[in-house]
Amino acid sequence: MSGIVWKFGNDINTDVLAPGIYIKEPIQVLATHCLESIDVDFANKVKVGDFVLAGENFGIGSSREQAAQVLKELGVAAVIAKSFGGIFYRNAFNLGLPAVVIKKESNIDAGDCIKLELETGRINNQTKGVEIFAEIVPDNLLGLIKTGGLLGQLEKLKNIPNREYQ
Amino acid sequence: MGQTVSEKIISKAAGLTEVKPGDVVTCSVDLAMIHDSGGPRRVKQIMEKLGANVWDPNKVVLVSDHFAHNTDSESMKILQLTRDWAKGQKIDNFYDQEGICHIVTPERGHLLPGMFAVGGDSHSPTGGAFGCFMFGVGSTDMLGILVTGKTWVKVPETININWSGSLKQGVVAKDMALRMCAALGMNGGAYQAIQYTGDAVQSLSMTERMTLCNMSAELGAQTGIIAPDEITYEYIREAGGHIEDENNLISDDDANYLIKHEFSANDLEPQVATPHSPANSTEIKNIEKVQVDKFYIGACTGAKLVDLSMAAKILKNNKVAAGKQLTVAPASSKIYNQASENGVMSILTEAGAKLLPPGCGACAGYGAGVLENNEVCLASTARNFQGRMGSSTSHVYLGSPYTVAASAVTGTITDPREFLED
Ligand code: SF4
Repeated sequence: MSGIVWKFGNDINTDVLAPGIYIKEPIQVLATHCLESIDVDFANKVKVGDFVLAGENFGIGSSREQAAQVLKELGVAAVIAKSFGGIFYRNAFNLGLPAVVIKKESNIDAGDCIKLELETGRINNQTKGVEIFAEIVPDNLLGLIKTGGLLGQLEKLKNIPNREYQ
Repeated sequence: MGQTVSEKIISKAAGLTEVKPGDVVTCSVDLAMIHDSGGPRRVKQIMEKLGANVWDPNKVVLVSDHFAHNTDSESMKILQLTRDWAKGQKIDNFYDQEGICHIVTPERGHLLPGMFAVGGDSHSPTGGAFGCFMFGVGSTDMLGILVTGKTWVKVPETININWSGSLKQGVVAKDMALRMCAALGMNGGAYQAIQYTGDAVQSLSMTERMTLCNMSAELGAQTGIIAPDEITYEYIREAGGHIEDENNLISDDDANYLIKHEFSANDLEPQVATPHSPANSTEIKNIEKVQVDKFYIGACTGAKLVDLSMAAKILKNNKVAAGKQLTVAPASSKIYNQASENGVMSILTEAGAKLLPPGCGACAGYGAGVLENNEVCLASTARNFQGRMGSSTSHVYLGSPYTVAASAVTGTITDPREFLED
């Protein structure tokens, strides 16, 4: 996957990703308010296949899955951050949105075009012509991405409750 | 190798004799708690499509709290859908608008020490006060649990936070939580398990312990846990919970900790978090004179009986400042009834507080009393992220119920000890 980078700071929380006052709206509407208190243009301008790059603790806060779902709705290919809020991290993979950890965000700026190889963690910054490596996504989570999230796995168990899915 | 309380609970839930931090294991869930916002309305349709039912209705607790008492048609629809689902899935443990899930669930004796419990809400670590390994998940994660009764965890490291000494008059668990947010930051918990120990923790009442564990979420921890003791057992017995074995679930002496943090309760002062993060907490004396429009005592963190009693202690013989608004949203109907019986409620209303029905109220920006543009609020809630309680241009400060009440009297952020000295 390759796309343009949208860069944010530390502690991007679930209330700015999916604001409570719009939580009753359909996901398409909620998505138009994604990150608006930080960047009013983001939801409008982000394109399918783009990446969100952030600092520490991305997605901290509420358990609301919509925080990951709005990014997916907007077509974001993956979130790359120094660390993630734990609930967001699980939610993202459950919805089939890769969340990738990098130790240093140097060498990637907003607007750069990057290519991410999920299996190896290789990130190729095509704008700058440099390469960095993200941490490898654990096997069980990579499996979730491949089956289209947890729902994809559950579908395989259709009508057979109480069977292990992991 | 010895194990911590969390590791012991996870081992048991995974059917293993021992687990190590970092292991990815599949666990059987003892209790799944869900609410009206992240629960039925998000999973009903998909469960129908899957042709799946809840794995064990007795292990599910369902609470309508987020949309409780909202009167708009969308909220009414969500509440009705929640009821219908409870009926269809034969969920007996359904509490419809009787209070906030984190409060109602233990209040009714559903949380027992040693449980591996999951909640469809980020403040689920509140259950750690009862010696449960309890953490929050999103709705698809919960869907998987509801259908299979199982979920995976990466066994967390345990972080020990030890509070020595004893709290001074006017300083409470909320201040401890805010102090930790300031010292350790919102990623200080690094999605690991925090175990709270020390004299200051041990001497907290059960409901104050809940406040402490609740805000483990603000430290970014997977959960916060306190080893059960006589105070825990007594609360559970009174709540009607049945404990099979009061076997003192404690960490082994040679258990491993990622890190140990030491705090002293002796010199803790009332704390206030400035907008827009609980990590912006500081001693109240460092806060410049801030004019506040609205004061809010509510939420799972700040509207239990002990919290309302703190407010009443200050508001007895005092009035909410002219032109200011103090809103109180008791955390459960049981608490509301208790506070009505013991006179706390009338002290609050006579001082000028406006009442919201039990539930999440304005805390998450969903319901009645949410903030308008540019409004400034001081709240006893857990979280003050930008836009959390309403408009994205509003400002929320956090403090203890004592601090909120004292400030409501003066109209600006005020040290509650000014009202408590006798
Ligand atoms: S009171 Fe607030 S923090 Fe607690 S569960 Fe409700 S919305 Fe969440």
